[in-house]
Amino acid sequence: MSATFRIVNGRVYDPINDIDGVVQDICVQDGKIVASLPEDVRKIDAQGMVVMPGGVDMHCHIAGPKVNMARKLQPEDHRHDPHPRTPFTRSGSGGTVPSTFATGYRYAMLGYTTAMEAAVPPLGALHTIEELHDTPILDKGFFVLLANNLFLYQLLQEGRREEFRDAVAWWFNVTRAYAPKLVNPGGDEAWKRGNSNVVDLDDQVEGFKVTPRQIIEALVDAANELNLPHPAHIHCNNLGIAGNYQTTLETMRTITGRRAHITHIQFHTYGGPFGGKPISKAREITDYINKHPEISADVGQVMFGRATGMTADAPLAWMLRRVTGSKWVNVDVENESGCGIVAVEYKDTNYVHALQWGIGLELFLLSDDPWRMVLSTDHPNGGSFMSYPRLIRLLMDRQFRNEQIRAVNQQAMKKTVLLDDLQREYSLREIAIITRAGPARLLGLTDKGHLGVGADADITIYMEHDDKEEMFSLPRYVIKDGKLIIEDGEFREDHHGRILHVAPDYNPDIEKSLRPFFEKYYTLQFENYGVGEQYLHPHQAIPTTGQ
Amino acid sequence: MTTETTLHVVENATCTFCGCVCDDMILTVEGNHITQAKNACVLGKAWFAEHTVEDRPFAVVDGEETDTATAVEAAAQILANARFPVVYGLSDTTCEAQRQAVAIADLVGANIDTTTSVCHGPTGIAFQGVGESTATLGEIKNRADLVIYWGGNPAESHPRHFTRYAVTPKGMFVPNGRKDRTVVLVDVRRTPSTRVADIFLQVKPGADFELLWALRALVKGRRVDPSIEEITGIPLATMEDLVERMKNCSYGVLFFGMGLTMTRGRHFNAGALLALATDLNDFSHFVAKPVRGHGNVTGADNVVTWQTGYPFAVNFARGYPRFNPGEFTAVDLLGRGEADAALIIASDPASNFPKAAVEHMRHIPTIVLDPKSTYTSSLARVAFTTATYGINTTGTAYRMDDIPIPLRPAFPSPYPSDEEVLTAIKKRVRELLQAKHAVA
Repeated sequence: MSATFRIVNGRVYDPINDIDGVVQDICVQDGKIVASLPEDVRKIDAQGMVVMPGGVDMHCHIAGPKVNMARKLQPEDHRHDPHPRTPFTRSGSGGTVPSTFATGYRYAMLGYTTAMEAAVPPLGALHTIEELHDTPILDKGFFVLLANNLFLYQLLQEGRREEFRDAVAWWFNVTRAYAPKLVNPGGDEAWKRGNSNVVDLDDQVEGFKVTPRQIIEALVDAANELNLPHPAHIHCNNLGIAGNYQTTLETMRTITGRRAHITHIQFHTYGGPFGGKPISKAREITDYINKHPEISADVGQVMFGRATGMTADAPLAWMLRRVTGSKWVNVDVENESGCGIVAVEYKDTNYVHALQWGIGLELFLLSDDPWRMVLSTDHPNGGSFMSYPRLIRLLMDRQFRNEQIRAVNQQAMKKTVLLDDLQREYSLREIAIITRAGPARLLGLTDKGHLGVGADADITIYMEHDDKEEMFSLPRYVIKDGKLIIEDGEFREDHHGRILHVAPDYNPDIEKSLRPFFEKYYTLQFENYGVGEQYLHPHQAIPTTGQ
Repeated sequence: MTTETTLHVVENATCTFCGCVCDDMILTVEGNHITQAKNACVLGKAWFAEHTVEDRPFAVVDGEETDTATAVEAAAQILANARFPVVYGLSDTTCEAQRQAVAIADLVGANIDTTTSVCHGPTGIAFQGVGESTATLGEIKNRADLVIYWGGNPAESHPRHFTRYAVTPKGMFVPNGRKDRTVVLVDVRRTPSTRVADIFLQVKPGADFELLWALRALVKGRRVDPSIEEITGIPLATMEDLVERMKNCSYGVLFFGMGLTMTRGRHFNAGALLALATDLNDFSHFVAKPVRGHGNVTGADNVVTWQTGYPFAVNFARGYPRFNPGEFTAVDLLGRGEADAALIIASDPASNFPKAAVEHMRHIPTIVLDPKSTYTSSLARVAFTTATYGINTTGTAYRMDDIPIPLRPAFPSPYPSDEEVLTAIKKRVRELLQAKHAVA
């Protein structure tokens, strides 16, 4: 396929440019959208089809040390779901934690062209970059874990805020990360010291004069002061525990007026007695977010079936191990993070699982602003990304949704508003927002999530279909960087994709403090830490100034 | 040119001899020799001293010395025409070469296996069964106050394991280093490692599983019959003392070696140890870690896993990866006489595989990539001389705790890297297969 072509006759959904189902041409040249092309260029006829920007997954777990541990842990997850080789593409294996090649190809087959790995300790950055190079088609980046970092704790407790910001910037530069990730701030240190956890935002982290609240504020401020394209990306404390919506609200109040993103918020929307039987607090959470434009969130929808819990929230994984008795992996990462992995299966007959599923739907349906409540399953924690088409149908098709609501644990549904037959059905425009335009905008990727002139030519063309699950399961065409990758569900070409990262400026004097800490408490050389230039291959540094 | 002008120093270089992958080497290089390897252990010093540039043929095909390109053609012909090729080795080369090796296996529908299957393969199987609580080595340096070694002799196999990571170093929460730790060694005999231990438990050969299972029972508060001493050689009171220490430490670690994984019980032994470490988390913080052998065997596990979903013993014959140790492990399938061609990378299976497997390798076209002349290369139809990873080439190696480390070469080699040879073979195999399919 030539790099120059015109898509004609398709209905275009491009919310960023306010185009809502209008039939118009899209011109592609040299991997970008252009204003016009000569009449005689090749055409793709999209008659009866819907044209959208390529999908953008802003929060998933697809590459790096914990993902690879989870792959290795579960041969039973792959065995039933092989991913065969084609003349253009590598083979692999599927399941909830697919191999790298299968991950890239399967995302592409759903029309996704960008994905962000959401939790990587700095020590795992090089491993992650290596896996991302073997994750084809997609443009990709990762979020670096900074909220259980003992060097940053030291700076914070000594009130060295400028150096704190410099150290954060330094970590971005050496790891090639895209955004700062906070996971259960303070929790991993409590875990490593005595298999406990932090509970309250004002609990002191054991051994340090810092609290989760101070860590959150410091990282939110650092991200905003550095003008990062995506702000602090927060997995709140007390994930999964009844009564945790108070922690979530308290976290958002702490941030007030400052940009931040709360991730997989469904897992943080539980009422009920702390640690007891949960109920839904979706109304309280959506009310807060609806009124606070500085906050964005992704849902973290639970989908029934197999999943894999994998998290930097080590005490959470231990709790899940105790509840499920499943095989369990724990990895303590020196000075930086924890990690836990547990195999999970969500059952529609189970009260808690059905409630989680229901709360996710409530968050979508009660949210006023799709730009700030975007789609995710926290793949593979709430379910595989392969379940996105089904989730889209649940949002777009009220009758289908009501059938499903009646088929799951009714005690759980009674604790939600779902039995009230909510009228709302997502439109194609809203789906385009929560699956591409919204995540791209929240990530600060100005060339993605839209089809305006100058945008990356990442385009997905779907056959219109009443069954939205079928429609979004198998795009007719997928175009990446102007290359026709998939046609009629078959690969026509392979593609590498770029690493997306940021490189904010910092005062290099911070290395004078970092180096002695490294020499004392790390086990590899300061010079051998991070991701060298030779590992970057195709990449793109997203600017951090003039946002 | 005088020798003085070619003298240079490489700092922060990495030793890829064993799984410790120490990256604090200061290498003095004179021409094609590393004359000093500061910070290296006795094994590392030998590794650096012995890898110089030898006068070897670039390649040998059917006993004739030849160039690399001719050998690439011969290797590609063998692989493109084989019905059941096996790719094996991979633990002493870079991740970059490992990625190419898996790509070739995928392309030709081969079987791929690594030396993991004859060292900690049972640990991999146990891991899939029960999971693992583990840590990077820096956490052990910073926190571990109870360090247990089981079925290994790191003083001789991983000489810096004690001093750099686990026993003597001072850490954040063990500021006095060795004084703040209790060290226990469990083995079937006294070794040079024994003197490091505060407590030595001499378990009867073949009774590791029974001892581990009794410890698990005691941790869970079950009664264990004193006759356990006859079976294991360890008195019940000694076990009870150890269990108290394990339950009451702040941060405990169980390191284990091939004394567990390659003796009777294999993955049951490793599984029992991993389960013991997991159980102990009800009382104290506890982790476990296999002490991996070859320099980049951990990288091989990682690369094969991320590309296929499985760590070793992978077969691509159906066009997608399948995993089945016993069926797809190289030692087993060669022993059964199944493969019709072999590609051996950075490994010498002919010197340590069972006779039947070696005999079979003699009868099938075998391709070998190795910096040195080996027994396997002597019986190969196509043998490449390649550069030594970490000494002559850049690339990446994974430490035993899954941390990747970039390699800094000391001096260039006239020979190509494994990655270069494998990439060339892959390219040529693809051409041959495309031509074959075009004719068909």
